Amino acid sequence: MLSIKNLHATVADKPIIKGLTLDVPAGEVHAIMGPNGAGKSTLSYVLTGRAGYEVTDGTATLDGEDLLSLDPNERAARGVFLSFQYPLEIPGVPALTFIRAALNAQRKARGEPEVGAPAFLKLARETAASLKIDFDMLKRSLNVGFSGGEKKRMEIFQMAMLSPRFLILDETDSGLDIDALKIVAAGVNAMRSPDRAMLVITHYQRLLDYIKPDRVHVLSAGRIVASGGPELAHELEREGYDKYGKAA
Amino acid sequence: MSLSTALRTGDLAELPSRRDEDWRWTDLRGLIRKIPPAYVYEGTGLAPEIMVEGQAGQIDFYRSPFNANRTVRVSNGMVAGLGLKEPGPLVFDRHDPVIALDVTNAGGGFSVHNRLTVRVPHGLSAVLLESHAGNGDHVVSFDLDIDLEEGASLERIVLVSDHAEAIVVRQSSVTLAATASYAQTVLTTGARRQRLETRIAHPGAQASVRLDGAYLLEAQRHADLTTVVTHGGVDGTTAQLTKGVVRDQARGVFQGRIVVERGADRTDARMRHQALILSEKAEIDAKPELLIFADDVQCAHGNTVGALDEDAIFYAMQRGLPSDRARAMLTAAFVGEVIDRIEHEGARAVALAWAQQQLGEL
Ligand SMILES: Nc1ncnc2c1ncn2[C@@H]1O[C@H](COP(=O)(O)OP(=O)(O)OP(=O)(O)O)[C@@H](O)[C@H]1O
Ligand SMILES: [Mg+2]
Repeated sequence: MLSIKNLHATVADKPIIKGLTLDVPAGEVHAIMGPNGAGKSTLSYVLTGRAGYEVTDGTATLDGEDLLSLDPNERAARGVFLSFQYPLEIPGVPALTFIRAALNAQRKARGEPEVGAPAFLKLARETAASLKIDFDMLKRSLNVGFSGGEKKRMEIFQMAMLSPRFLILDETDSGLDIDALKIVAAGVNAMRSPDRAMLVITHYQRLLDYIKPDRVHVLSAGRIVASGGPELAHELEREGYDKYGKAA
Repeated sequence: MSLSTALRTGDLAELPSRRDEDWRWTDLRGLIRKIPPAYVYEGTGLAPEIMVEGQAGQIDFYRSPFNANRTVRVSNGMVAGLGLKEPGPLVFDRHDPVIALDVTNAGGGFSVHNRLTVRVPHGLSAVLLESHAGNGDHVVSFDLDIDLEEGASLERIVLVSDHAEAIVVRQSSVTLAATASYAQTVLTTGARRQRLETRIAHPGAQASVRLDGAYLLEAQRHADLTTVVTHGGVDGTTAQLTKGVVRDQARGVFQGRIVVERGADRTDARMRHQALILSEKAEIDAKPELLIFADDVQCAHGNTVGALDEDAIFYAMQRGLPSDRARAMLTAAFVGEVIDRIEHEGARAVALAWAQQQLGEL
């Protein structure tokens, strides 16, 4: 599914990703852990095409198709979704209006018919109920005045509504209380399927108790320095990153 | 010194120039080399209709965006049905207190000057739905005096679609009696040079003012929203919000002045101006001013000018919206705050459609 080979990327001319290679096959969930500043969020922005994140070498493909030459919205239409570590506020645009516009823009790009208002609202109500999101919150400007946890929950709501194929969760657990964490994890697990894959960036084993990864990778100083099974996360929780060296 | 005096006397020296502090960003003297002749209607029957290009390239008649049982039309300076330039006051009717004022200027090479008066009788809640449109390189001066009697209220919505080559000054002068309330929303796409000026004599005395506007400018258009609110007595409120969107080489001017005179205690006055600059060569000049000579007042102003939030645009694109859609959505939402404050539901819908069309074209 996602295949990254020898990726190098700079931010403001500073090399951050330095020869990163990673494969996430369809149907699998891979966790990325690593010290602060290692380049985890940078990787998520490079994969989604944020301006200012310049790829200087290497490739990233989704099902064999080059991602790096596509605009961010084209990548989204191919099914790439990023749950932001720090979700942005969209003043003046109600959450529902925003998500419906996004969904229909994606569908249009894929040559699919638009979703009409009644079908969209029905889906939104069901999804909101499953994530225990107050429907009235969806009428407010997206993320404006939302608490940190509410913003994270809204990311998962958008993910469920847009039904992407490749999911990147950047510290979705931070800012969530225990109950919210369980709800969000259930929402994410509901999306696991043989034709989807996920990259879960986190600092804490706790999230991985709920979203069980197939593989765990350590990202340090812009590279994958260790990979293993779920037990690697436990080891990191116990021993920290010392033996993998500090971030650049 | 004013455009109307210059038009009346033919004296170029009467034109405001950049040397006048209040006109430094909207110079007329350097722009108008010769006063164009006053429009003379030589036909018979109806006043001239304005025509605009239709979608398929054919000529269509312009239609006022507003609908009301009572519509007052002013074409090239003639008040329809009266053939007058300065008729007596328009007084709102108690049974149907809505007037659509539909002002059009067709053709070029001439000047037009109007002065109208509007009165809202005591205790009445009225709505003035005003639209201005033009399709030529005319010079227009339009003065409107608005009188609100005690306890009266007026919501005035003004949609301005002038021609790119027109030179226009519209000045409204609003006088409120005690406990009156006045709400104004002006939306404009500018002109070659355009000044929309509102002066409000605020008595305090539980009277309230909402003073809003938005300028949406492209190409080489210019718009100047100038307001002066003078609080002369205790216990008055003013809430002001102006937003601007400029691109290409357009230029937006906002001059907002709130004066709180000596003794006008317990005045509550808030002014906010926010503008988006969508291209490097576009320009905004803003001068928000609070002149406070009273004690115990609540006054504040804010002024922000900037570009669209690129992080928010990336976020929207990550969700699937193409860049131009994301930008249009954020821009419309930005202007939407002004439109949301319109209380009259029908007018709000018309204003929203109008703004969406302008923004689509921007
Ligand atoms: N705009 C920028 N200009 C310069 N350096 C930047 C910029 N953005 C990120 N960096 C640097 O890139 C490095 C990687 O940052 P990144 O946000 O990817 O780390 P991270 O692994 O996600 O950390 P955390 O666990 O704290 O979220 C950091 O050293 C950071 O300071
Ligand atoms: Mg990070």
